[in-house]
Amino acid sequence: MALLQIAEPGESAVPHEHKLAAGIDLGTTNSLVAAVRSGVAETLPDEEGRHLLPSVVRYTPEGVVVGEAARAAAAEDPHNTIASVKRLIGRGVEDLKTLGDRLPYEFVDTDSVVPRIKTVAGPVSAVEVSAEILKVLATRAEKTLGGPLTGVVITVPAYFDDAQRQATKDAAKLAGLHVFRLLNEPTAAAVAYGLDREAEGVHAVYDLGGGTFDVSILRLNKGVFEVMATGGDSALGGDDFDRAIAEWVMQQAGIGNEASPNLLRSLMDKARTAKEALAQRDAVEIEVALPDGRHWQGQLDRATMNRLIEPLIRKTISACRRTLRDAGVRPEEIEDVVMVGGSTRTLRVRELVGEFFATEPLVDIDPDKVVAIGAALQADVLAGNKPEDEMLLLDVIPLSLGIETMGGLVEKIIPRNTTIPVARAQEFTTFKDGQTAMAIHVVQGERELVADNRSLARFELRGIPPMVAGAARIRVTFSVDADGLLHVEAEELSQGVKASVEVKPSYGLTDEEIAGMLESSIEHAGEDMAARRLTEQRVEAARVVEALQSALAGDADELLDAAERRIVEQALQDLQQTAENATDSETIKRAIEQLEKSCEFYVERRMNSNIRKAMAGHKVDEFE
Amino acid sequence: MIDLSRNYFELFGLPVGYTLDPAALAGRYRELQRVVHPDRFASAPEQERRLALQRATLVNEAFETLRDPLRRAQYLLTLHGLDSTQETATTRDAEFLMEQMELREALASAAEAEDPGARLDELMRDIRKMIDAQVAQLAVLFEEATPESLEVAREAVSKMQFLNKLYNEAEAREAELEESL
Repeated sequence: MALLQIAEPGESAVPHEHKLAAGIDLGTTNSLVAAVRSGVAETLPDEEGRHLLPSVVRYTPEGVVVGEAARAAAAEDPHNTIASVKRLIGRGVEDLKTLGDRLPYEFVDTDSVVPRIKTVAGPVSAVEVSAEILKVLATRAEKTLGGPLTGVVITVPAYFDDAQRQATKDAAKLAGLHVFRLLNEPTAAAVAYGLDREAEGVHAVYDLGGGTFDVSILRLNKGVFEVMATGGDSALGGDDFDRAIAEWVMQQAGIGNEASPNLLRSLMDKARTAKEALAQRDAVEIEVALPDGRHWQGQLDRATMNRLIEPLIRKTISACRRTLRDAGVRPEEIEDVVMVGGSTRTLRVRELVGEFFATEPLVDIDPDKVVAIGAALQADVLAGNKPEDEMLLLDVIPLSLGIETMGGLVEKIIPRNTTIPVARAQEFTTFKDGQTAMAIHVVQGERELVADNRSLARFELRGIPPMVAGAARIRVTFSVDADGLLHVEAEELSQGVKASVEVKPSYGLTDEEIAGMLESSIEHAGEDMAARRLTEQRVEAARVVEALQSALAGDADELLDAAERRIVEQALQDLQQTAENATDSETIKRAIEQLEKSCEFYVERRMNSNIRKAMAGHKVDEFE
Repeated sequence: MIDLSRNYFELFGLPVGYTLDPAALAGRYRELQRVVHPDRFASAPEQERRLALQRATLVNEAFETLRDPLRRAQYLLTLHGLDSTQETATTRDAEFLMEQMELREALASAAEAEDPGARLDELMRDIRKMIDAQVAQLAVLFEEATPESLEVAREAVSKMQFLNKLYNEAEAREAELEESL
């Protein structure tokens, strides 16, 4: 039950009006967009009927190319064609040292902590590249659904830290999308199968893609989805199956290591085709044109392929075993195993996974689409299309948040697996007389030493009133919102001064950088910034007006006396007039703020009234 | 004596007291999150989203506090105007302190036992039992709620802190042991 029903301007506030919303699976290799249409969640194809959009972006002097066309150009234009950008998002210049050798791109030296790739169109960050992919998917959804999206749900790997989540959200902002929620990929897959509707239990999500393997153990308890543990192998996937088959063909055909890159590529293609065919048939014919003009022809049966790929599948099973141990769960306690990723189509994978977990894996939903479908279901609920729906996914933070203390040690402030949103306060004091500033270093991870964890941000507290050492009491509140993103606030308690917090994200973009990118992208699109801002504020004003009107119609008699009601109605009228007549966005923005201030008491009262209603019907003596 | 205007028990529609039904608590928690969770306001104006976030955070904090026997006891003491969260709060029960020292030594030497895993399990069971005994005692003390019994409750809380620390240590040792296998 949403507190207020919101309608876009021009639409009526009819409760069952369908709001357009989409779920986006922003993948390493491919991305998808899905939506609920006529009650069914399905992925949306492009004009040529393709559902998967290769996550490849090519920068040319003429413009940006995304998807299949970009992927096709990767070989001829490797420096300007960016693939697998997900491996870079939310990563800093320092991280590149560990990823660097495998990346074909040139990076630009900048003052920013965020690495930028050199392209013919100028330097680009991973956030901007991801935004290009998101834009294409959003446009596809808007064309298919026939209108602008009110919001989207974007999936992220469960192990993504704060910086990676923040960067993903920044990419959406840059693409002009309203993010309802970031959702963990395994949670989305479980939602697609409706596991959230079951009472409780422990589930596994087995995700084997082209180049990566992830396994997550989820516990569902009273509507709370908790990611208990995640594990996997970032360099193991279906491509390795193809390689094993290709090597077998080379052996059979007597092709040596001197084979040309072209021959190798063609062998990999044939191996993939054979692997896919063997999911339906018992044996396939393979034919290869040899360099000397001869043709080799042979047969690969399923048993032989299984023998070739089994050692690789066993590696994934070992990772499952380790992850279960981390979660403190035995394999037989797992109720369902959800299969995700194209490589789970291979029958032997299903068999061995089923054997290990002693349960038949769930494979009914296309493993390439299952994450996007789960995201679409959640987006539909969050858009308010199912007011009756009870679905509520509560997430936990995947990694502990802590701060650096003496000697480079970490003091944990919010332990991992704490249900979010959450806020924890910590008090600090000064150690020098007259000290007016203080630095705080926030890290994320489970290790004891700062150096072994991920640096998230450095905060500078300023404006502490000068006092003798130890007299100042600075309370710093760390809060994590429902998307798992960190916010910080600080206050000096003895004199009640709000210390200003200056955030320097260790790996993220600053607000100014984002604003700069937003402006330059709008310039490129030839839009007028001021006109766009004015429209945005008008929409927001209409949103606020609709919400308030529908609230008044619902419970004003119950919650407001006549005088209070006049205040609210007057404020409403003022905003409507301003929104209509104003010629700049600032005026409307101020009017909205004015209304929020004068109606704050009403909004608070409604929230509290709803809490009371939720608890009404329970009598205290019920428990005595 | 207790300010009832805004406490976690009231928020959950539960009677103020140490003994509570975990299933009812979890059920109420879900009902409340259904009303206040930011997901319910995904397309609402900014102001309402902020308010929802604040309320959902409060509900989570209240739930974590009431669910945990130690934090629940500390919270109840706070409602009665007593502070038990200071690290200086300690016990003068000599017998208890002696027992703690012995347990600590036993933990330290568990690694040399014939079957270290089994020895640790046994010690953890013992500590668990002692924690449960404190919980049972606290239920009675908070029921009485006289100034004397609240003082005893405060001591029981600091004992529980000792025991929890000991239990966490035992768990850490067990994890170490599993790693080394």
